[in-house]
Amino acid sequence: MSQPTDLNIDHVAKLARLALTPEEKATFAQQLGDVLHHIEQLAKLDVTNVEPSAHAFAVENVWADDVPRPGLPVELALKNAPAQRDHMIVVPKVVE
Amino acid sequence: MSEVFYQSITQLAAELEAKKLSAVELMQAVIARTKAVEPRVRAFNSFDESDALAQAAASDTRRAAGQSRGPLDGIPVALKDVIAVKDQPLTASSRILANFVSPYDATVTTRLRDAGAVLWGRCNCDEFAMGSSTENSGFHVTGNPWDVTRVPGGSSGGSAAALAAGEAIATLGSDTGGSVRQPAALCGVVGMKPTYGLVSRYGLIAYASSLDQIGPFGRTVEDTATVLRAIAGHDERDSTSYRATILDYRAELAAHKGPWRLGIPKEYFGEGLDPEIGAAVEQAIAFYKSQGCEIREVSLPHTRYCLDTYYIIATAEASSNLARYDGVRYGHRSKQAKDGVDLSYQSRAEGFGAEVKRRIILGTYVLSSGYYDAYYLRAQKVRTLIRRDFLEAYKDVDALITPTSPVPAFKIGEKSDPLAMYLCDIYTIGVNLAGLPGISVPCGFTKSGLPIGVQLIGQPFQEACLLAIAHAYDRAHDWNTRHPIL
Amino acid sequence: MTSVLPSVSSVSPNQSGYEAVIGLEVHVQVKTRSKIFTRVAAGYGHEPNTLTDPVVLGLPGALPVMNKAALDAVIKAGLLLGCDIAPVCKWDRKNYFYPDSPKNYQISQYDQPICRGGSVEIELPGAARNVMGGHKHIPLTRIHLEEDVGKLNHFASDSLVDYNRAGTPLMEIVSEPALHSAEEAFAYLTSLRATMVYGGISDCDMEKGQLRCDANISIRPVGQTTLGTKVELKNLNSISFVRDGIAHEIKRQIGVLERGGVIVQETRDYDGMTGTSQSLRTKEEAHDYRYFPDPDLMPVRVDDPWKERMRAECPELPFPKQRRFIEQYQLPYTLTSVLVWDRALADYFEETVKLAGVAKAQTVGNWIVNDLLREHRKSQAAFADIKVTPAHLAANVKLVDSGAVLPNAAKEIFIEMFATGDMPEAIAERRGLKAAPTDSGELEQWCRDAIAGNAKAVAEFKAGKESAINAFKGPVMKAAKGKANPKLVDETLRRLLAAM
Ligand SMILES: [Mg+2]
Ligand SMILES: [Zn+2]
Repeated sequence: MSQPTDLNIDHVAKLARLALTPEEKATFAQQLGDVLHHIEQLAKLDVTNVEPSAHAFAVENVWADDVPRPGLPVELALKNAPAQRDHMIVVPKVVE
Repeated sequence: MSEVFYQSITQLAAELEAKKLSAVELMQAVIARTKAVEPRVRAFNSFDESDALAQAAASDTRRAAGQSRGPLDGIPVALKDVIAVKDQPLTASSRILANFVSPYDATVTTRLRDAGAVLWGRCNCDEFAMGSSTENSGFHVTGNPWDVTRVPGGSSGGSAAALAAGEAIATLGSDTGGSVRQPAALCGVVGMKPTYGLVSRYGLIAYASSLDQIGPFGRTVEDTATVLRAIAGHDERDSTSYRATILDYRAELAAHKGPWRLGIPKEYFGEGLDPEIGAAVEQAIAFYKSQGCEIREVSLPHTRYCLDTYYIIATAEASSNLARYDGVRYGHRSKQAKDGVDLSYQSRAEGFGAEVKRRIILGTYVLSSGYYDAYYLRAQKVRTLIRRDFLEAYKDVDALITPTSPVPAFKIGEKSDPLAMYLCDIYTIGVNLAGLPGISVPCGFTKSGLPIGVQLIGQPFQEACLLAIAHAYDRAHDWNTRHPIL
Repeated sequence: MTSVLPSVSSVSPNQSGYEAVIGLEVHVQVKTRSKIFTRVAAGYGHEPNTLTDPVVLGLPGALPVMNKAALDAVIKAGLLLGCDIAPVCKWDRKNYFYPDSPKNYQISQYDQPICRGGSVEIELPGAARNVMGGHKHIPLTRIHLEEDVGKLNHFASDSLVDYNRAGTPLMEIVSEPALHSAEEAFAYLTSLRATMVYGGISDCDMEKGQLRCDANISIRPVGQTTLGTKVELKNLNSISFVRDGIAHEIKRQIGVLERGGVIVQETRDYDGMTGTSQSLRTKEEAHDYRYFPDPDLMPVRVDDPWKERMRAECPELPFPKQRRFIEQYQLPYTLTSVLVWDRALADYFEETVKLAGVAKAQTVGNWIVNDLLREHRKSQAAFADIKVTPAHLAANVKLVDSGAVLPNAAKEIFIEMFATGDMPEAIAERRGLKAAPTDSGELEQWCRDAIAGNAKAVAEFKAGKESAINAFKGPVMKAAKGKANPKLVDETLRRLLAAM
């Protein structure tokens, strides 16, 4: 397992889409360093041949038949939109 | 007899049925009480008096027409502000959702409506249910009704406090790592986390999807059983919902008779446990012994890995679940954004509080390229081991008995270190990792008058048995007749 | 494979001395009534944001539930392409932020896709239009199922988002890097699209975004075995753009190397209108998708009975059908290459042949490819609405065959049949297009006159020149004003000539 110093806060904040202040970065880096240090002990456990559990009670093939039912009226769908025009959601120009 | 707002569902249902009380009168009493104590308790993010009174009037009309829907008809039930109620605010106590109004009902909401309950108030909580004190709310801190300078626990602190303060007759919370049971213990009420999959999560704002479960708070185990009956059951809108047989849990209380075999996990009684809590739990154990129950020590050897496992799985899932709050379709939108991509960076920076950001960063990190196997995958494997521990123990016992929280209600602002706060969940998170049902029942008070809870952990989907075991204790004690002075 | 088709194993290198290596990632929208993880209707061309619900919009608290029909479709696609169907597969979250993504993660399949392996059979251009080209099988890496995102409409100062498309089931079909030219890529997409349409899996209308293609392209000197640096080309949103874009990119890369430059690993956006591409991002900016199993969905187990149910729904694909048509009906390549690519057309052909007889297969094929398609194109009606059924066409073919109607009259009958849906017999009757029921005395006299008028042809016929008999037929027909039964004319002439 990696050392807490591996936590590149700038990179992770970018992945998480969070604009952090320098103060936040410093605080989080230190606090998460502590948490990650605590987590180190998991590395000591032998998990050879242990299956991971994604679900507490895994059931297979949970699905529905392909029968449409009514959705949200457009007014209700856009009721919480911060900005809208022509029944679409307005966002500032997207430049990647 | 105590005030109307401190009565149990069982008592109130009888009075409503006998027409000694109307649902509107009951709702008015709860509204009056709420207005009287809310300035100090601040359990709610919002409530809608006229909507609640209209629901209560509709209940009275039904009852007058002989169409009562059962014991919950006309009972005010408040919901944690992470459960969707159509046309009502839904905020998760986050500024990022401060103005969000839900266009749909959660499945539990629909089920409560079907049972005739009066949906009342949106209870405060830690932002996105991340915390153990409700101090992480983006709006305000809720006070513990027993001492408003102390925390009510969390994350469902508002739901526990509202009930303890007489601002609702029953409430719902959500429990990801102890978020119903721990505040129940700290506020002196009953709180239950059902088996994962028993109650639909559709319409519950997700924190950690594989651990989250909605659970009821009640004054008594009996009331908790009544509410659970109403909200449990398979839901085709939740793929993780289980096709379990749903019983009339209240009626079942009498059917399940002891004596039971109870296990005491030795790992739950070690360092860090407050001595007064330890003593109270010992007395609860002694009670069961006096009733002829077989008490035996068991071991859950992977207990010490629960906290780490939990924080990896929960934050990883949360980092993904909370990605949708980006200022595009709904919620807070930053006015500082340079462009459509920057919009998300700024809106999230402005909308999320510190603990949420911290957990998103941690969750993003443990999933990021090169770390997945070391953290997330490994945690999923350890989760298997933790679950096995419990199932192994159940070969010998019907349920486990432990403290709910290592400490009683602490002072607001006392725990500033995230790790110290995380340790509050030490006895509750194993239950979530294993997907089991757990319940916290009041079992005494500290010398300074703070409530103490005992936790009972049951077998998967054996809620009827777990509730019966808890009820045996609850019925024989009168902790729930004590009320805070407000 | 039968021996009917030539096969190609090696690829001719680019004349520049470089060989291109291309892998295609194709996204195909699966044709279902509702979306992949919720039951609101799926569709194209609706008013913006009218096909949404809490799940599609990623509202707080909404949860996904699988659509059984989408799973059926991808299993069928896998079986059609010869893939291995995973006995168990699961769902993963692919995390990345974009305003068209409602949850900012896409539910997809990462390390356990539902299909692995398999291949797409392609035909390369032949030496001439009427000559079959070489065939090869392009191996597939995998096929997985995922959800589509919404659509961003860009304007001068802002962008508008419509989430109608979000949550539409999408199959991602990933080929091995086994294509070597723009033409092969074109053939691959053509074949893949036909397969999907044949299977009823998708309509694959590229204009509607039902089939979208990205290409990974690298070049290397001929003879080199290691792969060059690859460039991902995006937005190849019509089949001809795929061909043009890939050709352009290969040329661009060769140009870079010839000028002494190096290829940068990057993603480029191709603009089909201008025929140019520009860099979107380089490798350093590559995404970290943080895949992990979606805790909101349960795994899928595909057992043998399920697979067999889907196998029973699998139609014969175009290439096997083409091989069968050539062998079973002795059809020329040109006819089959029109008939087999449209399942409805191929079925129409076989039904008509069943009624008209296998001996008339080529005639039927000609009628369909020439007359039926011409009238259909003019009418602009849907093929299913065409009034000329196989029974109509077969009846018309029989009328000509029996001599009751002359070929030219049959053409007229066909046009009227197409317009009215009446049977050919009735049209021939009504319009007086039947070959005249001439009395034999009159016909015999016309034949005698024709023989008497052409001694040279008589001599040639007698000398064994079979075709000389045609020289008498013109005058007979002229005398009969075109209404003599040609079969009867032929018989009579032969009888009289034999008696001479
Ligand atoms: Mg891809
Ligand atoms: Zn894809």
